This record gives sequence, C-alpha cells and structure tokens, in this order.
Amino acid sequence: MPRVRTTVDGVTYEGEVEARLLLTHYLRDRLGKVGTPIGCDTSNCGACTVLLDGMSVKSCTMLAVQADGSEITTIEGLDGQAAASANGEAAGHPVQKAFREFHALQCGYCTPGMIMAAVDLLRDNPDPSDTEIREGLEGNLCRCTGYVNIVRAVQSAAAELRGTPS
Amino acid sequence: MTTAPEVGRDRRRKEDARLITGRTNWTDNIQLPGMLYVAFLRSPMAHARIRNVDVSGVLGQDGVVAAYTGADLAAEQGSLPCAWPVTEDIVIPDHPPMAVDEVRYVGEAVACVVATDRYVAADMLELIEIDYEPLPPVLDMEAALAEGASLVHSDKGTNASFTWPFSAGDVDAAFGDDAVVVSRRYVQQRLIPAAMEPRSVVVAPEGDGYTMWSATQIPHVLRLMLAMVTGIAEHQLRVVAPDVGGGFGSKLQVTAEEVITLLLAKRLRKPVKWTEGRTEGIQTTHHGRDQIQKVALAADRDGRFRGLKIELLADMGAYLMLVTPGVPLLGAFMFPAIYKFDAYSFTCTGVFTTKMPTDAYRGAGRPEATYAIERLVDEMAVELRMDPMELRRRNWIKHEEFPYTTIATLTYDTGNYEAATEKALQLFGYDKLRAEQADRRERGDAVQLGIGISTFTEMCGLAPSRILGQLAYGAGGWESASVRMLPTGKVEVVTGSSAHGQGHETAWSQIAADQLGVPFEDVTVLHGDTRVSPKGMDTYGSRSLAVGGTALVQACDRVVDKAKRIAAHMLEASEEDIEFEGGTFRVRGTPEPATTIQEVALATFAAHDLPEGVEASLDSDATFDPENFSYPHGTHLCAAEVDTETGMVKLRSYVAVDDVGVVINPLIVEGQVHGGLAQGIAQALYEEAVYDSEGNLLTSTLADYLIPSAADLPEFVTDRTETPSTTNPLGVKGVGEAGTIASTPAVVNAVVDAIRQFGVNDVPMPCSPEHVWRAIQEAGGEPATTLGRGPGR
Repeated sequence: MPRVRTTVDGVTYEGEVEARLLLTHYLRDRLGKVGTPIGCDTSNCGACTVLLDGMSVKSCTMLAVQADGSEITTIEGLDGQAAASANGEAAGHPVQKAFREFHALQCGYCTPGMIMAAVDLLRDNPDPSDTEIREGLEGNLCRCTGYVNIVRAVQSAAAELRGTPS
Repeated sequence: MTTAPEVGRDRRRKEDARLITGRTNWTDNIQLPGMLYVAFLRSPMAHARIRNVDVSGVLGQDGVVAAYTGADLAAEQGSLPCAWPVTEDIVIPDHPPMAVDEVRYVGEAVACVVATDRYVAADMLELIEIDYEPLPPVLDMEAALAEGASLVHSDKGTNASFTWPFSAGDVDAAFGDDAVVVSRRYVQQRLIPAAMEPRSVVVAPEGDGYTMWSATQIPHVLRLMLAMVTGIAEHQLRVVAPDVGGGFGSKLQVTAEEVITLLLAKRLRKPVKWTEGRTEGIQTTHHGRDQIQKVALAADRDGRFRGLKIELLADMGAYLMLVTPGVPLLGAFMFPAIYKFDAYSFTCTGVFTTKMPTDAYRGAGRPEATYAIERLVDEMAVELRMDPMELRRRNWIKHEEFPYTTIATLTYDTGNYEAATEKALQLFGYDKLRAEQADRRERGDAVQLGIGISTFTEMCGLAPSRILGQLAYGAGGWESASVRMLPTGKVEVVTGSSAHGQGHETAWSQIAADQLGVPFEDVTVLHGDTRVSPKGMDTYGSRSLAVGGTALVQACDRVVDKAKRIAAHMLEASEEDIEFEGGTFRVRGTPEPATTIQEVALATFAAHDLPEGVEASLDSDATFDPENFSYPHGTHLCAAEVDTETGMVKLRSYVAVDDVGVVINPLIVEGQVHGGLAQGIAQALYEEAVYDSEGNLLTSTLADYLIPSAADLPEFVTDRTETPSTTNPLGVKGVGEAGTIASTPAVVNAVVDAIRQFGVNDVPMPCSPEHVWRAIQEAGGEPATTLGRGPGR
C-alpha cells in the first residue's frame, strides 16, 4: 500500500493507505478530522471543501495519495488556535466570525465547506461584488439559508480582512 | 435587577460556536470500538419478483462479518409503520424494510452486507447474486387508476390507497350557470428534499438494550415506532438525534435502514453504522409533493368568490410511510386560504406507483394547496379583467373579522392581510413595475416582465391532539418541556422538540431567560436524546415554538410558583404578598427585603429551612396541547424577467412580508424565511425528480437534480407585520415553512404574467427554460394584440 505524508491543521501524519482511499475518508475516518463533513459523492455540494496548500479542494474528489506531501487546512484548523471558547463567544477566523454574526448558517452542515470556499474566494478576490461572491460560491450548496446571509457574511469578512470597515 | 427582555432580540446563536469550527457531532462522525459497517444491495428494477437472492459468495470474504437477505430477516423485521390511516378502508400494504418477495421501486433494499470497513461492505455487494422476474412498472397516476392497470400490490386488487372527501356549503349552487368559473389542471412535480446531511444511523448494544444515534427529526416518535416494529421493548431503546444537518420533513420518518441497522446490532452484538451516499439518499429518502390537482374556482362577475372545487390525485409511491397519506390532508383544509367562500368541495385519492414513497416535505400539503389557489386567483383575475391584487382584496378575510371560521371549518385566530399587503406593495414598488411591464409589452421587448402575487396563510403549531384524533392520526400533537434549576442558579431546559438547524438552543434560552429572570448565558437547552428528554413529539409542521415554546413557558411558570413559596418563607412574608420581576422576589411595594431566584435555588438545594410540606426541588415539567392551530400569513411579491426567445427566467426582485406573530429572535425568523423562499423558488424554477419509462430515477445525483446555488437565487427583501396569535401565551405562530409555501405561486404567477400576452395561461413546474419556451411556442409564439395592456393581462 502506498504511504502518505500530510500535514493537517499543523500536525504531520504518515502512514499506509489504500490507493483508492478518498481524501475525505482519510481525514474523517483515519485522522478523526470529522469537522469536515461529506454531503454528496459527485463534487456538487462542496460540504467537504478543505484547503490543500492554500487552495480549496473538494476532499471527496481527491484520493488521499494525491495529497501526499501537502499541507491541508480544515475547518478545525482554520483559526490556527483554539477556535472558539466553550461559551460560544466569537473567536476564530474573520469568515467564521462573520458567519455567526450574520446568521449565515442554520443546520451548519454545509458551513465548513462554505467557510473554506469563502476563505479561498477572498484570497483570490479580496474585494468581491455580491455577484462575484454568489458565483464564487456556486460550487457549495446550502439548503437552509437561501444564501442571502452568506453573501452578507462574506462581504463583512472581506472588509475585515482588507482592514476597512464594512 | 431589571434587564431588557430577551424575547425580540437578535441574539447570535449558541449553536454556531460548534458549527463554524467543525466541533460538531453528526451521526456519521461517531466511531465506536469494534464498529461494523453495513451496505445495502438495492433493486435496479422498478417492479420485479425476487426469484432468488444468494449471499453465500460474500460470506467468508476478508472483512465480511455477515450478509442477509430480506428473507433472512423476515421473521423479525416487521413492517415499516404508517401512523396515519386516513380512512377506515385505506389500503396499507406490508412494507418490509428489506424486500422479501417483490421489489416495487428502484433503490428498495434487498440484501445487506456487514463488514469491518465501509469500503469492503460496498465492494461485497457485487458478489451477491440475485435473480429478478420483471413486472410492469406503474408510473402514471391516472393510468394506474384505469381499468385493467398493472398493480403495484397485486394482492390488493387496486392501485388506489384511499379516497378522502370533504364538502361544505352548496357547491352546485356556487358553480351555477350565473357563475364565472375557471378550471385548471396543475401538477405538483415530485421533489427531493435533499437535506445537506445524508441520513446516517449508528446502533450500539448497551447492556440489555440499544442506543441508536440517527440523523432524524423525530427521536421520540422513532423510539416508539422501533419498539412497535421490532418488538424490542421501548424502555430498552434509547434514540439520540445528535447534530442533525437539516431535514425539511425528509428525516420525519421511520426508515428501513434504521430498523435493519438495529436488527443487525442485535444479531451481531456489535455497534453497526450505516451512512447513505447521496445517490442512495436521493433514491431512497422519501420524496415530496407529486400531486395532480384538478381545481375550479367560481365567482360572481364582480369578483366575489362563491365556490371552490378540488380533486387531487396524490402519488403515494410504492408504500405508505409514516405520514404519507396524511400529507394531502394537511392541505385539504388550506385550499380556501385567506378567502371567503360559500361552498367548498375537496376529494383526494392516494395512488400507488412503483416509485419511492412520498411523505412530508417542507410545507407538506400546504404548499400544494397554496399554489393551486393562488394560481387560480390570478387566472380568475384575467377572466374578470381585474387587477389580481384587487381581486384578492375583495375576497380575503378582513382584519376585523377575526377570529374567522373558514368554509373548511378551520378557525383562524388572528391576521391582518391588509397590513402585510400594504407593506409589501410599498417595498416592491408595485405600480412602477406594472408601468415597466406595460412599456416592455408595448415595445415587444424580447425580455418581458411579470409580476406575481401570493397572499398566503398556512396552518402551524401542529397540532391539537383532539383534531389529530378526528383525522385518524396515530398520535397526539402536544409538546413537553422541563426546567431544572441547578443549585448555582444556572438552568437546564429540556425540550421534547428536536432541532436540526432551527436554533432551539438560542430561542429557548431567550424564553427561559425572560420567564425566570436569569441571564441568557445561564441557560442551556437539551434536546434530541430520549434519555435526557424522555417525552416529546419532535420537530416538524412549524410546531416547535408555538407548542414546545409554550410548554417551556408553562414549566417556567411552575418553577417560579415553587420558588415563590420558598422565597416567601425566606423573606418572612405571606406568599400572596410576594411579587416576582426580573429574577427577584420581593414583598410587594417594597424594595427590600428581596431575594433572587438564584438564592432561592441554592436555599432549595440546601433544604435547611424549607416551608412545611415543600419539596427540595424547583424543577418542573409541562406538557402543552394547543386548542387550535396558529395561522401565519403574508404577502409575497415577485418580479420575474422572462427571455421570450430562450425561456430563461431571472428573478428581478422578491419581497416577502410575513406575519408570524410575536418574534422571539428576528435574526432566526429572517433566516427561516430566506431558506423557505429558496426551497419554494426551487420548486417553481429548478427542481423535479424525473423517472424514466422504466421507473429509473434519472435525477439521482446533485448534478442532475438542480438544487439552486447562490448564483441561481436573488437577494430577498423581507419584512414583517406582527399580529400576535391568540392560540398560545407567547403569541407566536411559526415560520419554518412560510417561505416555501408562499413563494412557489408568487414565482409562477410572475412567469405566467410575463408571457400572458402570448396566450399562455400556465407553465408546468419547474419553469425551466424548456418549459417556458415550449409554453410560448405551443401558444403560437406571437404576442396576441388584444392582450398586453393593463395589469394582469
């Protein structure tokens, strides 16, 4: 079996995997990184989005072996520190905070993927229009929010990341 | 200490801290020592006799623990329950969780493999040998009822499950020769709920019993039903709904996979997990809608409505699941909507087909009813050459007429359709858009503008148990709550309703904080575990707040009553002289002495000096059974641009003014409306479950079934009016389904309005470019010159 070495949320893992093992199952079942959920099996929903060397990928569409040598950031490591305090006070990455502030989630299942995709979108385009946000997040489905508050949250996070008031 | 009330505040949600950081507890996250994985072999045939299933090739393979056929489990798997036998002579076929003799839809489970690894379990399915004898699929409801039709259940002698009639007033007179009558046939296409979290279930044997974690909306109902289906005693079953990623009705079910996973854990004495793939979920998680509606509206020449006739065929699919036959009944009472009629008749026939069973999907019966009436009213406006809003105004129940008993015998408690409409018209700019529409028509613009109205109401707060009994539903509609005052004055609230995205932990904290006078942060809300919240009716039908929230208020009142006795003793005053405000007990009219509810909690815990006969506990329970439903309403307005050359529809603006009564948390309410709109708009424009002529589900991936993305939906303008419900002490009505119920007709009315001048009076849903383009072509493809002037024509 092939060996895979990855750094996930700052921790390095190495071990043998079946060649066919999907990255998302590697993360969830092998490494216990269950913060990244799986919503479909055709790369349509984007719930499993993670950052691979800084770029967003749908982890259900990659093999674990393809991630060999990569640095992966999941929703669990996005903040780089303990992400949220136990009492729910806002901590974390500006996109995470904005999602809470603008009620950009309900059931929260799409949220990890949506946040990771938004982080990548803002890396690429720090000052997007609403239309650019909507088109940029087209690969991530949400069944709860109708997206209005997601757009608002991403705009707010964009402003914070640019250092300008929203 | 007096603080601003929590109710009405835009509290950020307590739930979010874990959801935005991935510290969630979805069922599929659960890993237990020695856990096994089950995979199901599913029928590729819509209808076939099972001649033989052979799992022997699987047994003994690496990693395989067991493999079973339906026949292997026939003695213990029971029949999946239908809790709503709507008529006495309803046909309810046996519904084995795994098929034994015959399969009746593509995706029906026929065998399963249990292995140490989920990949191995899936691999092994290929080694199962199965021999099918094809039988004719039954796919069309009208054909299914014809003489000599092939039968889904040959032993039943019919494809009709039931016919449920209702009639009030003199329908013949209402539809007399002097009436203007508009008759239409509308099709509610089949929809796939597609919650983002796939279904998942884990069962672990524990002692003499079992714990099941399931991505379910109904842990309490599920436990009861599992006990009845499998014979495992109820007290030996614990069902937990951990974080649940959306439901929209699709997780209001007792599923084959839950039953089989439980039986496997019982047989193998090991924890067993099953998680569906998306295609598996689309094929085998119950579907929604799928009705043929023959509808007719009669009015006087001056626009006064007289009568309404509704004939429905409702596709049950292959079996009756938990509330399959009840879904159209939830709509039966809502076709008259906000309007006054002299007479009303309704009949619904449930029809078996070789498709996945239908059941509750967001709105459940009410979107179908609202669609039909709101489309019909627009058609009548055209017939009468009247503005569609004016026609509505002439017929709706006026605000001073509440409470109002409709022709369908429901008593609407409160409402103010005038106020919501007025606000919506202002936000929308109705007159300006009508002017633009006229201008585009005049110019013969390739892109035409249509305006769609939906003035809707719905019935929420399911449900008075007495009424459910009259409708032959198998259970009641109450909800329970418990409040536990901890010694430090912190509060545990236990609710029997089971959230899966609604924000109960936040909203219930707000209610308890106000009722008990404690800080919002001092309340924790527990739900979704039958061991923690032993009594509940769970979450669906926009019921949680109106019913469960009221139970919470009552439980809090009881806590305060108990605390008051102890406070009186502590303050050396008579109980009658004690008043309670903002968490503090004091002797009426005097600032001191006083004691806080937290101090009372600690004194109660210590129990050193309690009044005679008083227990050392402030904890209280309550169960609330509503006397009536609640009736949210609203006015939704949609402007749609239709490219008449391509059929492409673009929503230009959407205004929703909803009246959901008193609002606990405006942020959550707005979110519910947004999401509801998205799902209703999706039915209008995008979504349709399509079976081919062999009964294969063609739309079985999210690549084929079009759930709208952010790029497909517009910004929404939402606002509220607030007419408190009189059904419950909070004055709340319910909001979970409002947007879905209202928006579908608003959008389709706008689309039809945009191309009405071509002679089009309907576009089948979804209003895809193809459907719109075909509607224009079939009408002749040229705008009629006599139409096209003035609003609504």
